[in-house]
Amino acid sequence: MTGLWRKQDLPVLVIALIGIWLLPFIISTYTLTVLMVYGMLGLSLGLIWGFGGILCFGQAAFFGLGAYTYAIAAINTGESTAPMLLAIIVPAAFAALLGAMIFYGQLTDVYLGVITLVVTLILFRLMNSTAGPQYVIGNARLGGFNGIPGFHTLNIPGQPDRFIWGDGLYHVCAFALLIVFFFVTWLLRTSFGRIAVGIRENETRISLMGYDVRARKTILFSIGAAIAGLAGALFANWGEIVTPGLFSLGQSAEIIIWCIVGGLGTRFGPIIGAAGLAYLKFLLGQQAVIDNAIIMGLILVVFVLFLPKGVVPAVVSLWHSVFGRRAARRKTRQRRARTGWTPHA
Amino acid sequence: MDLFFVILVEILYAIASLALISAGLAVVFGMMKVINLAHGEFIMLGGYTTITAVNLGVNVFIAMLIIAPLVVGLIGLLIERLIIRHLYGRLVDTMLATWGLSLFLVGMVTMIFGNTTTSITTPISGFAVGGYQVNGYNFFIIFIASVILTGMYAVLTTTRFGLIARGAMQRPDIAAALGYSPDRIYMATFFCGSALSGLAGAVLAPLVGLVPTSGAAYIAKAFITVIAGGPSLIVGLISSSSLFGLVNQVFTFAVSPVFGEVALLVAAVILLRLLPQGVTGRFFKGRM
Amino acid sequence: MPETVLETIGLTMRFGGVVAADNVNFKLGAGELRCLIGPNGAGKSTFFKCVTGLHPPTGGQIFMRGEETTGWHPHQIAALGVGIKTQVPNLLDGLSVFENIWMAARRFHPAAEAADRARDIIDRLALSSIAKAAPGQLAHGERQRIELGLVAVADPWLVLLDEPAAGMSAEDIDRMSGIIRDMTRTAAVIIVEHDMQFIRSVASTVTVFHQGAVLMEDHVDRVMSDSVVRNVYLGKTA
Repeated sequence: MTGLWRKQDLPVLVIALIGIWLLPFIISTYTLTVLMVYGMLGLSLGLIWGFGGILCFGQAAFFGLGAYTYAIAAINTGESTAPMLLAIIVPAAFAALLGAMIFYGQLTDVYLGVITLVVTLILFRLMNSTAGPQYVIGNARLGGFNGIPGFHTLNIPGQPDRFIWGDGLYHVCAFALLIVFFFVTWLLRTSFGRIAVGIRENETRISLMGYDVRARKTILFSIGAAIAGLAGALFANWGEIVTPGLFSLGQSAEIIIWCIVGGLGTRFGPIIGAAGLAYLKFLLGQQAVIDNAIIMGLILVVFVLFLPKGVVPAVVSLWHSVFGRRAARRKTRQRRARTGWTPHA
Repeated sequence: MDLFFVILVEILYAIASLALISAGLAVVFGMMKVINLAHGEFIMLGGYTTITAVNLGVNVFIAMLIIAPLVVGLIGLLIERLIIRHLYGRLVDTMLATWGLSLFLVGMVTMIFGNTTTSITTPISGFAVGGYQVNGYNFFIIFIASVILTGMYAVLTTTRFGLIARGAMQRPDIAAALGYSPDRIYMATFFCGSALSGLAGAVLAPLVGLVPTSGAAYIAKAFITVIAGGPSLIVGLISSSSLFGLVNQVFTFAVSPVFGEVALLVAAVILLRLLPQGVTGRFFKGRM
Repeated sequence: MPETVLETIGLTMRFGGVVAADNVNFKLGAGELRCLIGPNGAGKSTFFKCVTGLHPPTGGQIFMRGEETTGWHPHQIAALGVGIKTQVPNLLDGLSVFENIWMAARRFHPAAEAADRARDIIDRLALSSIAKAAPGQLAHGERQRIELGLVAVADPWLVLLDEPAAGMSAEDIDRMSGIIRDMTRTAAVIIVEHDMQFIRSVASTVTVFHQGAVLMEDHVDRVMSDSVVRNVYLGKTA
């Protein structure tokens, strides 16, 4: 896969590393940690929706599933390495089943929306109703509305009593986001990624070329869920409690808002949208005059009506119009890079 | 025998309330192909309007049957003019914008009424059947739902507005060529849909403790009832609410209310997978 | 007698009460070029959709190189080595022309080889000047040509084209018939077409559809001079 590395990846890597080092001087690492987690969650939907054309109304389901899987497994194992892996595998497997059901049934956009929304709601209702002591998985009580507190948090692999927390957890989350970002970048440069974008553009044509669209969409959907699950597990470590609120429709709506605001079809957009809006929400949370939901709702409506492409693409095109021809040449180069002009296996 | 009667009433009530909360969405989706994800909040607003009016001293039936539909209908009209009309024909964008709207409405109501449970007492008292207590208000819900469905059928099939509306939904261009403005028909339809949602919220208000986030409980059920119903507006509504209402109550009795709700949702997912065209897309083609 | 690459036996397609294709028996030999003609609603497009898997037929069987493909999905049929061009150009509008063609080649070849093949086809079809453009912004004739490029790059042994000449200029049509004649060197080709001039320019055997069934099958000149066919086209018989 060495051929996947491109010249423009280096500045991204350098800027990201500087950012990871500098940001704690401006914002507390406790807040930054959750911004990184949300960034990853945003990217998970940005990948399947922005590049694969799969609009999932229930990305929160995979996020919550990842968090719950981690919490339950951590209580049962008393360490964090296997639970982290399970938190990726379980949502991915669940999404593969759900995706296979939807895509092999050749259900269209609206049905995909309904089913993912309904599944999120089912999980929310089920988790909410598990308050009694009879609802246990191994040693873990599901706890109903109150959720699961007090599970074993992240430790250095193989050393269960050496916990990673505070600044350490921030660095783990930041590097995890960086790794996921490059994973997504490279995935989009592979044939699989290019064909996924082709499916977004025209499903019929791709299947007339001889590709099995159903299988490919299912796999992409599952990859998105794996990333969301990882974000969920990291979120559980940050919050040290998991509650059914993770599965709420409001959570799903927020992920969609991040992607729309940041910009679909870009890799930076959903991350910036997620971190930016989550930070905005954090700032708003410190005042009591206006309810958070009003602002989030207005942002979504305004963006759908007036800026449906999102911030990142808008800024990019503004940049090009300001910097004229030099920028125009760059744009072609970038587009070539973005569309994977030189293909790789 | 008594138990049988009680269960029958409960099942009918479940069906009626599903039809009630879905009617407004069915009108808007069936006729305009607009999925209004703020539909649950319209219902919630109907409830709050009723409670406010009752607290101001208005008769509870006037508040439920006249004031709430009117107020929510007007709110819907405003929203149609401001947001929805810019997005006709863009199904996914409408869903997203109305989802934003739903968050906005939840926030507004939270600011005005606070994040606490509000309720009014049931205006019709219950009575005993053998050893069982039956909620008399359930009959009122069943009655209202029947009236709404019959009314919708009558309006669509016998009135001039219904004919024009059906025509405009199938071929807006032809309706426009005949001199009917699709813009105004959409406006009127959205008003009716919103008013129906307001009415649903109003008559259900005495049965539920209302919180600003109550809408979320309705939207998914209404959404699946309408989608599973398929293209025929009224037959679809009746058949899917009957199916889901039955499933819901059977599992509620057999296991627990939460399980009843989950069974309903699972049934919906399975049904959509098997009959993606909806029940009427498959079995009752071409009915109203 | 060349190998039979496509055969349908009793192919039938009903939409509700309407029989759009009625018991169609059809045979195509390797390297053959066949045009399907007929008035609107004659069943040729339905036949096309059944064979390409876009609509599973309600009755009958389809064989490709002896293998039964009845009820297969389009992607399975395409994966056999069947190139399909639909009536409305189906392209990946947001990606470059090169990527469109590369993706078609990638299905059967490793990435780098697919890129070489794509460049080769782009040269042959004179698409070099627009290779970096997005097809969504190109003219209809160019889009049709790109779609032929998609089909050709996969080296199919059976090519199915639905109205490739529709809405094209005379110059475009000339170029198009050249490309199609090229294709017949390695593949059997079926063309669903209205444009008689175009059919004459590729001069081939013609199958006439009428009311869902095959009316006659012969060389284009004899078909066009046939009185029954003329009546069908002029609408004198119902």
